[in-house]
Parts: sequence; C-alpha cells; structure tokens
Amino acid sequence: MDLPQSPAELASRLDGVDYLADDGLATAAFLALRMGRPLFVEGEAGVGKTALAQALADALDAPLIRLQCYEGLDAAQALYDWDFPRQLLHLRAAEAVGVDDAERLEHELYDRRFLVARPLLQAVEASTAQRPAVLLVDEVDRADDEFEAFLLEVLGDFTVSIPEIGTIRAEHPPVVVVTSNRTREVHDALKRRCLYHWLDHPDFEREVAVIRRRIPGADQRLVSDVARAAQRLRRMDLVKPPGLAESIDWAAALATLGATGLDRDLAARTLGAAVKYREDQERVLAAVGDGGFT
Amino acid sequence: MSSALPALVGFARTLRAAGVPAGPARVHAWVEALGHLDADRTADVYWSGRLTLCASPEELAAFDSAFGAFFGDAPVRRVRRPVATVTLPVAVPADDVPTGEPGDGPDVSAVTATASRAEVLRHRDLAELSAAERAEISRLLAALRPSGPARRTRRRRRDHHGELDVGRTVRAMLRRGGEPARLHHRSRTSTPRRLVLLVDVSGSMAAYADGLLRFAHAACRRRRSTEVFTMGTRLTRISRELHGLDADAALIAASAAVPDWSGGTRLGEQLKAFLDRWGRRGIARGAVVVVASDGWERGDVSQLAEQMRRLRRLAHQVVWVSPHAGKDGFAPETAGLRAVLPSVDVLVAGHTLDTLEDLADLLCREDARA
Repeated sequence: MDLPQSPAELASRLDGVDYLADDGLATAAFLALRMGRPLFVEGEAGVGKTALAQALADALDAPLIRLQCYEGLDAAQALYDWDFPRQLLHLRAAEAVGVDDAERLEHELYDRRFLVARPLLQAVEASTAQRPAVLLVDEVDRADDEFEAFLLEVLGDFTVSIPEIGTIRAEHPPVVVVTSNRTREVHDALKRRCLYHWLDHPDFEREVAVIRRRIPGADQRLVSDVARAAQRLRRMDLVKPPGLAESIDWAAALATLGATGLDRDLAARTLGAAVKYREDQERVLAAVGDGGFT
Repeated sequence: MSSALPALVGFARTLRAAGVPAGPARVHAWVEALGHLDADRTADVYWSGRLTLCASPEELAAFDSAFGAFFGDAPVRRVRRPVATVTLPVAVPADDVPTGEPGDGPDVSAVTATASRAEVLRHRDLAELSAAERAEISRLLAALRPSGPARRTRRRRRDHHGELDVGRTVRAMLRRGGEPARLHHRSRTSTPRRLVLLVDVSGSMAAYADGLLRFAHAACRRRRSTEVFTMGTRLTRISRELHGLDADAALIAASAAVPDWSGGTRLGEQLKAFLDRWGRRGIARGAVVVVASDGWERGDVSQLAEQMRRLRRLAHQVVWVSPHAGKDGFAPETAGLRAVLPSVDVLVAGHTLDTLEDLADLLCREDARA
C-alpha cells in the first residue's frame, strides 16, 4: 500500500479502521511518518494513545510491535538476547557428530538464528520503505531514566549494533509512537527528538461519533446519552474522570443490556464500567438523584 | 517556503520570550515539518509549529497565545480548559534571603569556636536567627543528604549468592566448549524510595519556609527523583528549579516560580490538587511523602482529612513536619492537625537544624515509626 500523501489522506485511512483523528492528530501522525521522527503522545488515561498506534498499524497495513515499559526494563528485554539453551544444544550436537573446526563452530554459535529479537530489534528488522513497521513504546515514564538514554540511542538512527554479528540498520525508520502518563518528567533530550502531541478528552460530537463507530449496534439515543453523561462526569471533579475508553465500555455494557437510553436505574447498575472509585460512584449517584445526567 | 523563513524564526523568538525554550533544533524541526505540509494554510503552520516547538502541556498554552498574537489568526482550536497564567513580580521576603557574610553580625564575633557555635545554632529556632546565623545554617543544611529508605527493584545484578543467573552461566559454559563451569548468581538490587516534599509557604510558615526549602534542595541534590511542591494559595511544582547544584541559585529560581509566598493556604484544596494532578499518576505511589505545614486550616477540615486519607493509601509513608511540634507545651490542638493525624505515620518537629537533621535520619529508615 502507498504511504499517505497528506494529513487528510491519513485521517481518512484512520477513519477506515474506525479511529477518528482530528486535524492536529492527523498532522502529527503524518509528520511522524514523513519525517521519521517518533511521535510523543501524552494525555489523560483512556483518551486513545495506545489505540492510535494500533490504528496506525491497521491503516498502513503494517505490523504493530509493542514495547511495554516497566521498571527494570533493560536491553536484553527490549533489544535482543542470545538463545543460550539452543546455542548449548547446537554445541553438544556438533560435538556428538565430531566437528573439530573450532573456529567455524564458534562462528556458527553466534549466528542470527540464535538471536532472539526483542521489540526494538524486531521493529528495526521489520520496517521497509513500502511498509514501515509501527513501534509502540508504551508508558515510557514507567521505565527508569537510564533506559531513556538507551532508547534515545536506538530511536536516533534506528541501528542496532551487535558485537558478534555487526550492525543492523533499519531499511526505513519505523513509525514510533511513544506514550507517557506523566508519572514523571521525561528527559528533554528524548522529547527533543520527538514530535509532541497532547491528546485531550474529546468534545461531545466527537465522542458520540467514536462510540457510534465502536459499538455500531447501540441505539442512537443511548449513545448520545452516554456521551453527554461522560462529558458531565468529566466536569464533576472526580478522583478519576472517565476517559473515552470508559465511555465506550459503558455504552457497550448498556447496549448489552438492551438499553435504548440512560436513566437513573440503568446508570446505577452499570456505573462500574465508567467510574471506578467508590467515592466517585457515591458522588455521581447523589448528583444523578437531583436532576439526572441530561 | 524560503519566503516564510523569516516569519518562522521571528515567531520562534516571540515564543522564547513567552517562556517556551524553542531552541534552534526545534525550529529546524518545524521548518522541516512545514516542508511536508502546506505553508500557506494557517492550520498546517499552527499544527506543525505546535508539534515541534512545544514539549509539555504548559507550553501549549503559551504557544496558543503567542500564535494568535503573531499570526493574527485565531488558532484552530476549541476552547481548552482554562490555564491559569500567572505573571507576578516576585518579592522574596527579605528575611528569607541569606545576605550578610558570617562574621558581620554583632553576636557572632563573640563566639570563637566554630564547632560550639554550630552546636548552639543547631538548637536555635529557625525563626529567630540573624542574617549571619541564617547563612551559617544554610551551609549546614546544604550538607544534609536526605533520602528515602531502600526498596527492592526488578533490576538484577551479578552477585556471589542468590538465584542462578542462567544467561551468564550458559555464556561461560559456551566459552569453555559446553563444559559445566562455575555457576553464576544474581540478586535483586534496591533503590531508595522517592521522596516527595510538600512545603507550606503560607504566611504562618514564612519564617520556616527557607529552611525547609533548603532541606528540599539537599534532597533534590541527593536523588534526581525527588519531587518538591509548595502549597500556598495554589500548588506549585518547583522540582525543576531545585535541581540546580547551588542552593542559593536554586532557591532564587524556586521563589521566582512560586507566585504566592506568605499568602493564605487552603491545605485540603492544595493536597487535592497535588493528588489529582501528580500523586495518583505515580509520583506519590510507594513514595515517602513529607508534608511540612503547621496545619492551620481555615474553615472546614473535612476535605483536608479526606485528602490525607487518599494520600495515606497511595504513599509508602506520610511524615508530617510541624515547626511547632518541638516546642514546649505543644499539643496537636488545631482542627487541621487533629484531622490529619490519623493519616500520618509520624509527626516530627522541624523548627531547628537539629530537628531537620533528625528528619533526614528518619526518612532513610524503613519504618519511621520505629
């Protein structure tokens, strides 16, 4: 498939895989693709940061390679590792049949087939000019800051140096989406290499459109009721306001029950899909009592 | 494209004046980005600029207003949540700035031995110091190394005992042609817990804020992960400012960032702002949180109590530092303190150098109550 030629074209392709991107997000993704720069996406939980990477992969018909960050993540888990048991097995087998060319044997031991590619190397290897891979570096703020420096090196030129094999260079830089929940400040050096995009909660019309797209079977009135309720919940000063992901879940739960609209009773029964703190639920139900969501 | 270049560079300069560090590298990225787009379309200029020149939500607001001012067109944005822009000439309270060299105070010349002078100073109330004593205290505070207690991490390193390091063992075997050689081991590493300091800078705490912020600066120097916030009429994050090496420069930078020295406080509200914006996301999780305040809360204290319970559930340990706790006849009688005590692991004094040193010792203990 050809790569998109304009942000609008990319937006319509994302639309084709049920991800509705606005002007800003489409421009961001388009530039990430064109300039070969990682896209650094921040925003509240559940606004569609991870979904963006998935949708980009689908829209470009590219493989999605995901690196979930966590504390203690290191190069052996993110880049590559040697498959030691297989190497040992190979060595034993070679001994058994009596191979005595030690140098060749050693060379064989560090062959590509004994290398286990982890997400970063996978992305470098899988990305071609016709079909760049999409690499999702999820929740980079959870990794320790030493890891960032390492990531910076790989994202800088998309080459991986393996002492025993040599340098592996990406034929074409993969599209990289880096997400962060802002649990800590990410180094400026990493941000400087990236395009920065802040994803906000959607407005009402957009939320309706997204839910309708995700749950095609849901009643029209139900969808707009849920979107309106979610918009209101976000203004209610809750401990954890629902994101777009939660309102989709909520609408799905209500649609499963066969609801055609949102009333107090239905809301009380399904609120757990959208609001996940006891204190918040109590507040919401108290507020619904005197006036309802709409 | 080339005709647009002076405008782009001019705008970047405007943006820098608005406080966004849009350096040449970012501007270069902007020009490159615009090359892929339509430079005659305002939306394209706007989005490519926003994507390349900004690096945090705070900078987006400055970008939006600078863009509107420079290019005249209203940016293609729907209304964002209101962002409070604060432009305040900040006057640091005069007695908070350590002026004067040691020796120019009238009472210092009388003291001859430095060691004993430090010993006397150690127990002096921070609110009752002369400028010279203050400078001396500042030096001693800078020598503190506050840090949280150790916590085990997922990271491992080679060790003489502990679990078997299969990778390293097999690698060693491969080198010896597959012969079982020495077994290698590895063990979990540990790292200090994050320290989070919330310093009350309201009027009633003004005399102690300088000492506490110096303590915070020492903690920042010790560990990069340390986070510091001030609580006044609003919550301000000053971790970035305090990460400088020089204490005086860091404090001046911090005081420039804090718009509300010696104002009133609404502790409950500020705690809520901290928890909503930072704490819940991860900064307070598993951390040792130090709240330095006298607990003077006007009006209803139920919000303060509720937020402290939230904090207690997130943090590893909550330490409350009250400058009055070490004084004679102190009892936690104020409504605010009574409300927070059930959620506090340990209440300590923080009105002298001595008590702050004790605090530093206490923070690195696994269980502060012990």
